[in-house]
Amino acid sequence: MMLGQVEPLVLPKVEWSLLAPELILIGGALLLLVAGTFRRDKAMAAASCVFTVAVAVAALVASWGLWLDVTDGDAGARLAVADAVVVDGYGIFFTVAICCAVALGALLAFGYLRQERLESPSFLVLMMLSASGGILMAKANDLILIFLGLEILSIALYVLAGYHQRQERSREAAIKYFVLGSFSSAFFLYGVALTYGATGSTNLGFIAEFLATQTVTGGVLMGGFAFLLVGLGFKVAAVPFHMWTPDVYQGAPTPVTGFMAAAAKAAGFAALLRIFFSAFGTERLDWQPIVWVLAVLSMVVGSVLAVVQTDVKRMLAYSSISHAGYVLIGLQAANDRGIAGSLFYLLAYTFLILGSFAVVALVAREGDSRTDLTSFRGLARDRPGLAFAFAVFLLAQAGAPFTTGFLAKFYVISAAVEARSYAIAIIAMLAAVVATFFYLRIIVVMYMAQDQTMAGVSPEGEGGGVATAVATRVQIPVAAGIAIGIALAFTIVAGLLPQPFIDFARHATLLRL
Amino acid sequence: MSDSLPILTLLVVIPALGAAIVACLPGGNERLLKMVGATVATVVLALSVALMFDFDADLAGFQFVSEHVWVRSFGISWKLGVDGISLFLVVLTGVLFPLAIVGPAVHKDVKGYVAWMLLLESGCIGVFLALDLFQFFLFWELVLVPMYFLIGGWGYDRRIYATLKFFLYTMVGSALMLVGILTLVFLHERATGVLTFDVITLAEEQSLASSTARWLFLAFAASFAIKVPIFPVHTWLPDAHTEAPTGGSVILAGVMLKLGTYGFLRFGLYLFPEAAVDLAPVFLTLGTIGIIYGAIVAAMQRDLKRLVAYSSVAHLGFIVLGTFGLSQQGLEGGVLQMVNHGLSTGALFFLVGMIYERRHTRLIAELGGLQKVAPVFAGVFMVVMLSSIGLPGLNGFVGEFLILIGSFVTRRWWAVVATAGVILAAIYLLWAYQRVFHGVPEGENATFPEMTMRERAVMAPLVVLIVLLGVYPRPVLERIAPSVRELVTHVEEHSDYRQPAVAAGGAGR
Repeated sequence: MMLGQVEPLVLPKVEWSLLAPELILIGGALLLLVAGTFRRDKAMAAASCVFTVAVAVAALVASWGLWLDVTDGDAGARLAVADAVVVDGYGIFFTVAICCAVALGALLAFGYLRQERLESPSFLVLMMLSASGGILMAKANDLILIFLGLEILSIALYVLAGYHQRQERSREAAIKYFVLGSFSSAFFLYGVALTYGATGSTNLGFIAEFLATQTVTGGVLMGGFAFLLVGLGFKVAAVPFHMWTPDVYQGAPTPVTGFMAAAAKAAGFAALLRIFFSAFGTERLDWQPIVWVLAVLSMVVGSVLAVVQTDVKRMLAYSSISHAGYVLIGLQAANDRGIAGSLFYLLAYTFLILGSFAVVALVAREGDSRTDLTSFRGLARDRPGLAFAFAVFLLAQAGAPFTTGFLAKFYVISAAVEARSYAIAIIAMLAAVVATFFYLRIIVVMYMAQDQTMAGVSPEGEGGGVATAVATRVQIPVAAGIAIGIALAFTIVAGLLPQPFIDFARHATLLRL
Repeated sequence: MSDSLPILTLLVVIPALGAAIVACLPGGNERLLKMVGATVATVVLALSVALMFDFDADLAGFQFVSEHVWVRSFGISWKLGVDGISLFLVVLTGVLFPLAIVGPAVHKDVKGYVAWMLLLESGCIGVFLALDLFQFFLFWELVLVPMYFLIGGWGYDRRIYATLKFFLYTMVGSALMLVGILTLVFLHERATGVLTFDVITLAEEQSLASSTARWLFLAFAASFAIKVPIFPVHTWLPDAHTEAPTGGSVILAGVMLKLGTYGFLRFGLYLFPEAAVDLAPVFLTLGTIGIIYGAIVAAMQRDLKRLVAYSSVAHLGFIVLGTFGLSQQGLEGGVLQMVNHGLSTGALFFLVGMIYERRHTRLIAELGGLQKVAPVFAGVFMVVMLSSIGLPGLNGFVGEFLILIGSFVTRRWWAVVATAGVILAAIYLLWAYQRVFHGVPEGENATFPEMTMRERAVMAPLVVLIVLLGVYPRPVLERIAPSVRELVTHVEEHSDYRQPAVAAGGAGR
C-alpha cells in the first residue's frame, strides 16, 4: 500500500478561546506541578496557595468574557470542537460555581496542609485538575465527553480523599470512594452504550433531535435513562446511591470534603440536568416519576438520618444528601423555573457547604479529628465570630429568611408548585423542618450548652468538653478566615439582594438543539 | 401625611440596624448596651406614635404605602402599608419592646439579649406591615430565629426543650403556608398572566374555585392556628412561655401571639373570604374549646407563670371567636382585644418575672401574704389581673364585651358558651391572687421587697394604658372601624354571607 493513499486523519477544528477556563486551570495545574519539584518549603506552600487562587480568578475572568460573548454578542450560545462542546450560559454558570469552589478550597487547604505537615503543591494541582474535569462535564455535548470529564473529576478526587496517608480513615475513605466510584462510572458507561443503542448517537443534540422525530419503544432507552441516573446519582449523592457519602465525607480531609461536596455535586448535576433536560426532554413523562422518587427519598432519608448523627461531618454529609434531593426537585419540575432554581440552589450551596466545612476544619484542629458534636461545645464563647458564621451557614442551609439558602429552597419549591407537583413541595417543606432540627442541634451546642447537657448530645463531654475547648483554642489562619468571610458575605448579600444572581441563573439557559 | 419620609420602612429597618450596631459594640459595658437598645426601641416607639397621629381615621384602605421592586423576576416587592387593623399592633409592639429591653434583669450576655430583641422587633413590625406575601413570609420566619435564641439562651431550666418545640411547631405551620402562598400566586399567574405576590392584587382580582380556595385557606390557617395558638395545637405555648426569660415571655405573649390572629384577619379572611365563611364553624368551635379548656387548665396550675400562659390560650380563644363571628362589632373587639391582651398579659409576665427575681420560685404554694409586705406591688398586680379578667372600666372589658355581643348576633351558641369563659377567668385569676397575696406572709415571703423605682417606671405606662383604653377606647375604635367595615364588606361581596343589620353598627361610629 502506498503511503500517499492513506486518508489524512481529520482533526476537528478546536476553538481554543472557548475552552479558556478549563485550559487555564489545566495549565495552572501543570505549571504548579513543575514548580513544585524545585522548591518545597513554607514560602512555596504559601505561594502555591496564592497561585491557585489567582488561577481560579483568572478562570473566572475568562468565563466572564465568555458570558458576555454568549449573552450579548451576535454569536450567542454555540457548539464547538465538532459539536462535542457546547458553550452556553448554562455551562458558564457551572464554570463559575466550580471556580469559586477552587478558590475557596485553596484558601481552606493552606492552613490545613501546614497544620497537618502535608505541604506539597500536589494537593492544589489535583484540585485544579479535578475542577477542569467538572467544567468539562458541564460544557460537554456528548456523552463520551461527559464520561471523560467525570473520570478526570473523579480520579483526582479519589487521590485527594486519601491525601492524608498517615490517617487510616483517610485511606479507607479513598478506597471506598474509589471502588464505589468505579462501579458508578461503569454504570454510567453502560447507560451511554444503551442510549447509543437506542438512538444511534452519543451526541446530545443528535439524541434530542432523534427522540423528537422518532418514537422509541422497548426498554433499551429506559435502561439508558436508568443507568445514566445511577451513575450520576452516585456523584451527586442521591438516595439510594448515597451509601458512600457519610463514610467518605467523614474520612476525607475536611477541605477535600468541602471541595468534593461543592464541586463534584455541581458537576454531577450539571451533567444530569443537561442530559435529561436537553437530550431526553421529550421523554420527560418517562423519567419524571423516577426523579420524583429519587428526590423524595434523598430529602427524607438525608434529613432523618442526619438527626441521629453525633459527628458534625457525618451530619453535614447527610444534609448534603438531602440538598441533592432539593436540587432534583428542579429537575422533576422540568420547567424553566425548575432549571434556574436548581442552578441557583447549587450556586448558593457551593458557598454554604464550603463555608460550613471551613468552620469544621478549623474546629477539628490538629489531626483533623475533633468533629463530634461535643467539640463544638461553647464555641460561641471561645470564638464568637466563628460560631456566628457557622450559625449563619447552618441557618441558611435550614432555609432561614434573608439568606441564599431560603431563596434556593423557595426557588425550587416554587418551580414544583408551578408544575403542580404539590405533593413534592409539601414533602420538601416538611423535610426542611426535620433538617432544621439537626442544624439547630449544632447551634444549641455552640451557643447554649455551656452549662447544660442537651438531649441527644452524649454526656461524656460534660465538663471535659469545655475544658478541652479552652485548652486548645481554635486557631483561625488568615486564608481560612478570608474564605469564611467570602462565603458569609455571599450568603447574606445574595440573600438580601438576590436579583442579579437570579438573573444569572435564569439567563444561564441551556442551548436547546 | 408626610409623603417624603418612608416611615414604615424606617419602622422595620431601624430596629434591625440597631441590632447590628449593638452586635458591634463591646460586650462588657452592660449599661451602654441597654442604653443603646432602649434608645433604638424608643425611637421606634416615637415613630409608631407619630404614625398613629398622622393616620387618617376616615380612610379604610392602606396608608403610607411604600413599594419598591425587590426581586423582579418573581414579581416580589418590598411593599409596606398600614391600616386600622395593623396600626395599633405596631404601636403595641413599639410600647412593649423598650420595656422588655430595659425592664427585666438580664443575667448574662446583655449584648446578645439586646441585639436579638431588636432584630425580633424588626421582624414583628415587618409582619404587621408587609403587603407582599413573600415579604410577609420572610418576616414571619425571621421572628422565629431571635425568639429561638432568646428562649434557648436566657430561659429557665427546660429552655432547650421548650425552644426546639416552639421552633419546630411553627416551622411545620410555615411549611404548609409557603406551599399555599406559592400555589395561590401561580394560580393567579395562570389566570391573569401576572406573577405577583402583592396581597391586594391577589385578594381583589381572584378567580379561585371554591374547593381550591378552601385548601389554600387551610394551608394558611395551619400556620396561623399554630402561632395563635388554637386548641389543639397550643401545646408549645405553655412550655415556651414558661421557660422563656421574662422579656421573652412578654414579647411572646404580647406581640408574637398576635401575629397569628393578625394573619387570620389580613390573609385568611381577606384572601379567602368564601372559604373563611364556610369553615368559620370549625374555628369558632376550636376557639370556644380553647376558651373553656385554657381556663380550666389554668385554674389547675401550680406554677404562676404557667397559669398566665394558659390564660393566654383562653384569651386568644376570644379573639378567634370575634374574628370568625364575622360581625362588625366582633371584629372591632377582636382587634382591640389583641392590643388589650398584649398590654395585660405582657404586664402579668413582667410581674411574675419580678416575683421570681425576688423569691426564685414561681410556685403558688410557696408564695403567700405578699400584700402585707408589698402593697404597691399587690396593687399593680390587682389592676393588671382585673384587666385580664375583663372588669368594666379596664381595657379587657371593652374588647371581650364587643366580641361577645358581636358574635352573639351572628353565632349565638358559641357566644353563649364562651361567656362562661369570662367567669372562669375570674375564678382562676382571683384564686391565684388570693393564694399569692392574701394571708399572713411567712418565711422568705415576709421579707418580700417592695417594687423598686425602675419596676414602677416599667409598669406605669402599661397600667396607664390599661386604664385609658378601659375608660376611653373611642379614639382607638374609631381608627379600627373603617378598616374592619371594609373587610366585612369584602367578605360579603365574595361570599353569600351577609351580616345581620343589627350587627353592622359597630362601636367606632
